[in-house]
Amino acid sequence: MRIIRDLLAASLIAIAPIAPAFAESIQDASGRVVELASDPARIFAAGPPADVLLYVLKPQAMLGWVRAVPENGLQYVLPEVRDLPSLGRLTGKGDTLNLEGLLAAGPQMVLDYGNINPTYLDLAKRVEDQTGVTYVLLDGAFQKTPDTLRDLGAAIGVAARGEELAAKAEAIMAETDRLVASIPAKKRPKVYLARGPEGLESAAKGSIHSEIIERAGGINVAEGDSKGLITVSPEQLHAWAPEIIITVDRDFAANATSMPELAGIPAIDNKRVYLAPQAPFGFIDAPPSVNRLLGLRWLTAKFHPELAGEALPQAVRDFYHDFYQVDLSDEQLKALLGA
Amino acid sequence: MRERNWTLPLAGVLIVALVLGIMIGPYPLSARQILQELLGQGGGTGATVFWNIRLPRVLAAALVGAALAAAGATYQSAFRNPLVSPDILGVSAGAGLGAVLGIYLGLPVLAIQLLGFGTGLVTVALVVTLSLMIGGSVLVMVLCGIALGALAGAGISLIKLMADPDNQLPAITFWLMGSLAGVKRGDLMAAAPAILLGLLPLALLRWRIGLLSLGDDEARSLGVEVGRLRMLAVAGATLVTAAAVSMAGVIGWVGLMVPHMIRLLTGPRFDRLLPAAALAGAAFMVLVDACARTMARQEIPLGILTATLGAPVFIALLARGARQWRQ
Repeated sequence: MRIIRDLLAASLIAIAPIAPAFAESIQDASGRVVELASDPARIFAAGPPADVLLYVLKPQAMLGWVRAVPENGLQYVLPEVRDLPSLGRLTGKGDTLNLEGLLAAGPQMVLDYGNINPTYLDLAKRVEDQTGVTYVLLDGAFQKTPDTLRDLGAAIGVAARGEELAAKAEAIMAETDRLVASIPAKKRPKVYLARGPEGLESAAKGSIHSEIIERAGGINVAEGDSKGLITVSPEQLHAWAPEIIITVDRDFAANATSMPELAGIPAIDNKRVYLAPQAPFGFIDAPPSVNRLLGLRWLTAKFHPELAGEALPQAVRDFYHDFYQVDLSDEQLKALLGA
Repeated sequence: MRERNWTLPLAGVLIVALVLGIMIGPYPLSARQILQELLGQGGGTGATVFWNIRLPRVLAAALVGAALAAAGATYQSAFRNPLVSPDILGVSAGAGLGAVLGIYLGLPVLAIQLLGFGTGLVTVALVVTLSLMIGGSVLVMVLCGIALGALAGAGISLIKLMADPDNQLPAITFWLMGSLAGVKRGDLMAAAPAILLGLLPLALLRWRIGLLSLGDDEARSLGVEVGRLRMLAVAGATLVTAAAVSMAGVIGWVGLMVPHMIRLLTGPRFDRLLPAAALAGAAFMVLVDACARTMARQEIPLGILTATLGAPVFIALLARGARQWRQ
């Protein structure tokens, strides 16, 4: 009986946006202008990138997580979102949520954020047609982050917060650009992004998983032929000879300098292998969302410690305060950035 | 010409392939540098690339190719079925399930390989036990293999569904496509004994296994203990395949295609087919792996290359075979 009641309630809420009380609108990635309910209190994030976007802007409207924040990351998010349920993802391949589950959660709108292509646009439209819930799909390109924060904030009733975060995002990008511009092309480091326990998976140049490396003034050595994830051999790594290795894998970070087949690679010999922090969200991608702003700042510090290293701890503190609304203790900061 | 012994010429082909294999790679190593390394006069990055990366990889490719081709030839003779490949009894699917589980649990690489090896063997043991309980004919065994293979496939899909899509899912996908990109000396040391141990009974019993292809009754009349011999052949071929798959991931088609091609040269006699197929499989895999690391700037999974080469050849063989089988 409870399920039926929930479903009824959900469908009533689902119909709500069709009621005449339109307040705000936003232009989504398909180019259409979507009318939204005024100050929506129940927003469903469709994928991990949307999770982060919604969390930084309006955590009180979250219905759940697509992917729950892992145990060790919970201390870095607000207490009220720590116990939200994992609802599963809605878009793309590997949907783990069905549409009835979506309606049962009773959202006033679905927020999706990430890569844009005809498949995703069509999926969004199909879900909207079938459920009657407004589906807003926003372009996840890193460059558009400030605009997205500003526009979405205004559309979902948190205009001031959107404006504040957009300004901070713009400041981080501008600071990075200024720093990168001051460095001659010859001094740009050659960087390899290592994924997987052996560090032999990577993301090629131009991939959404690695785009902030170039933005931070590094040269991604992985000249793959695809825009997604690729595998590489240790031999190829020697041929690329990266000066810096950024990794998202704890095991690889711990073992890289003692792996005999990697000896001789400049980054390994000079011990310039850096593990990107992952809590509460990844710095490099995982997911590719607003969290990458901090990754950008972190990368510039790793690429050019003499220019940007000293101010990094304060920048991390500020970012967690501004975007995640948590104040880091000294221990937490140390745990994130390493000793 | 059919009765000629092809072992020596194919050994020559393998040596050429090995030489080519150690010369080819994305890191430029000249013939002189390689010679210097072999004479112990090299050093630096060249030494790392040669001794720690390329040589283990080329040897692993040879071992895996020999293992898969020998296992395929054995299965085809023991089951008297030309369409049988080494994974017919579920060893690849079983090993895949174990390895994928290992990736999902975040185990170290060696543990992932061991788990894959173990589940591959356990799957085949289950298939054989089940088929003996049901009735023991070859057909029942193959059908049990297909069924348990499907079950393992379902398990793999389930783990994919639960895996972290950012890190684990790509790792699982890459593993299931097969690659030697990350092979280390340690991996080679771990897999080689198992592969050699499995090849040993096949080599020693190659005369008798050849008799199985005459049919059970005739083999029995020649004094062969059919049931036990077939089990021994299956055990050896399974051990070899499980070791190869746990090191290199799932690589299809080699075990099916190479024995067929070699049979065109040697004729159906298993005692000649086995060494020839093993040598040819090794040479083929060394060359395919050289393509895998040089054709594009990223690694091309071996499964893609072997299937792309294998499917057309197989269809050509089918067209040729259909004429013969009709007679």
